[in-house]
Amino acid sequence: MEDIAIIGVGMHRFGRTDGVSGQAQGAHAVREALKDAGVTWDQIGIAYGGSQDGGNADALSNHLGLTGLPFVNVANGCATGGSALASVVAALRSGMTDIGVAVGFDKHPRGAFNPKPADWGLEDWYGETGLMLTTQFFALKTQRYMHEHGVSEDALVRVAQRAFRNGALTPHAWRQRELSYEEIADSMPVNLPLRKYMFCNPAEGGAALVLCRASEAHRYTDHPVLVRAAVMRTRHHGSFEVFSPSLAAEAAPAPTVTASRAAYEEAGVGPEDINVIQLQDTDSGSEIIHLAENGFCEHGEQEHLLRQGETDIDGRLPVNTDGGCLANGEPVGASGLRQVIEVCLQLRQQAGARQVPGAPRLGYTHVYGAPGVSAVTILEAP
Amino acid sequence: MNSHATVHHATQHLLRSSEKGLVLLGSRCQACAEHYFPSADSCTRCAATDMLACELGARGVLWSWTVQAFQPKSPYNGGEAAEDFQPYGVGYIEMPSGIKVESRLTVADPARLRIGMPMHLVEADYGGGADTVLRTFAFAPSNPAKESI
Ligand SMILES: [Zn+2]
Repeated sequence: MEDIAIIGVGMHRFGRTDGVSGQAQGAHAVREALKDAGVTWDQIGIAYGGSQDGGNADALSNHLGLTGLPFVNVANGCATGGSALASVVAALRSGMTDIGVAVGFDKHPRGAFNPKPADWGLEDWYGETGLMLTTQFFALKTQRYMHEHGVSEDALVRVAQRAFRNGALTPHAWRQRELSYEEIADSMPVNLPLRKYMFCNPAEGGAALVLCRASEAHRYTDHPVLVRAAVMRTRHHGSFEVFSPSLAAEAAPAPTVTASRAAYEEAGVGPEDINVIQLQDTDSGSEIIHLAENGFCEHGEQEHLLRQGETDIDGRLPVNTDGGCLANGEPVGASGLRQVIEVCLQLRQQAGARQVPGAPRLGYTHVYGAPGVSAVTILEAP
Repeated sequence: MNSHATVHHATQHLLRSSEKGLVLLGSRCQACAEHYFPSADSCTRCAATDMLACELGARGVLWSWTVQAFQPKSPYNGGEAAEDFQPYGVGYIEMPSGIKVESRLTVADPARLRIGMPMHLVEADYGGGADTVLRTFAFAPSNPAKESI
């Protein structure tokens, strides 16, 4: 199979940018990625992108130029960026065009998401009686996981502490203040066992990639990053997903597990080969679950790894080196591509104060979200 | 409570009340015996469409829990003033067939909630409406004397 490379990356700062639309933030990210790749918008032969609340991605052409290119709107929730990337990779492999763009952006209203039961195939009572909250889901899943695998609240605190510590090293992070163990452990309960500083917030931002066939990449850049795998999967019957009035008697592996296995197989590598890791951390509990679901440790081993500093930037398994969703917020459409960009910067050794030492060769990104989707990429250094 | 208030029971169709007491209703796949709550018209396990209404029971054990500490926004319809909001428990109850049913809990004190504790089905009122009482199903601890163990 033809190798595909990322030749340019670009972001619009995550957080809150009043007066700048989600689409303008997406267009900014594309311009930055084009500049990084040294190409112009009229050279782009295919684009895939999307947002959850920021409008259609193909409207970015109104900002970037109406060149007539095929621009496909992607709407896969948290997996929007990963789906866009996988689609561009497939298009370039097919030979239909030479250079493609994947873009994600978003601008959410302040506060929590406001779901409508009918949109999820649910009856009104489920929302009316106060059961339809994403934070409840994360808490219920985390509580059960901690019970089954002997994980304590200490681990939840340490995940958040590391996220904000890494965020403080990341110039473009939204949250740049380190928080003490006590500040996190004593913060307001939101849905126990999860507290205020263990949850990420909806945010705004944009992220974009420029890609081409690896054999052509050196025409554009000295540091192309190879896409060894880009995989997206959905849930099976029996997995524990958000907004579920009931769960099946028998549990099935999460979509993360199936996406992860497929990605390792496609790349021909295993979790032990990975040098830098980005995991979906909508909340501390999710990151802990995802560490094991992606094969980086056994279930229940996380607390020990966290205490030993193994997931720190200078540890054996550096996780969420830019602070993840906890420090960057979660603009749903852009979040997965932020992870890819962070891994590209790490593999290009351009990550500044948060650079993983020892010239990392392989990087891993993972998103997971409603209604039970996951996307995983495995990337290789130039 | 206002005795003239009307009752809005959002989940009456999910319950059956008989001389044996209250039970939760669901459906069962005729092909593979998988249970569903609320009742479903197809089976996501085996893709069959031959489903039969069934009773899921009234007793189970607490499988997971949390406490809803902040007042939810819409679609929650409790309607109480922010200062009157009372945190409530939410959990999954594992029923005899193995299905776990998500439910409000009658208890919101973390010290009184423990995975594995026996629970039973009740009806409970929620929210702060003066003219309309909001009612739904909930699960309550079955053996309060043993809760503190
Ligand atoms: Zn079936």
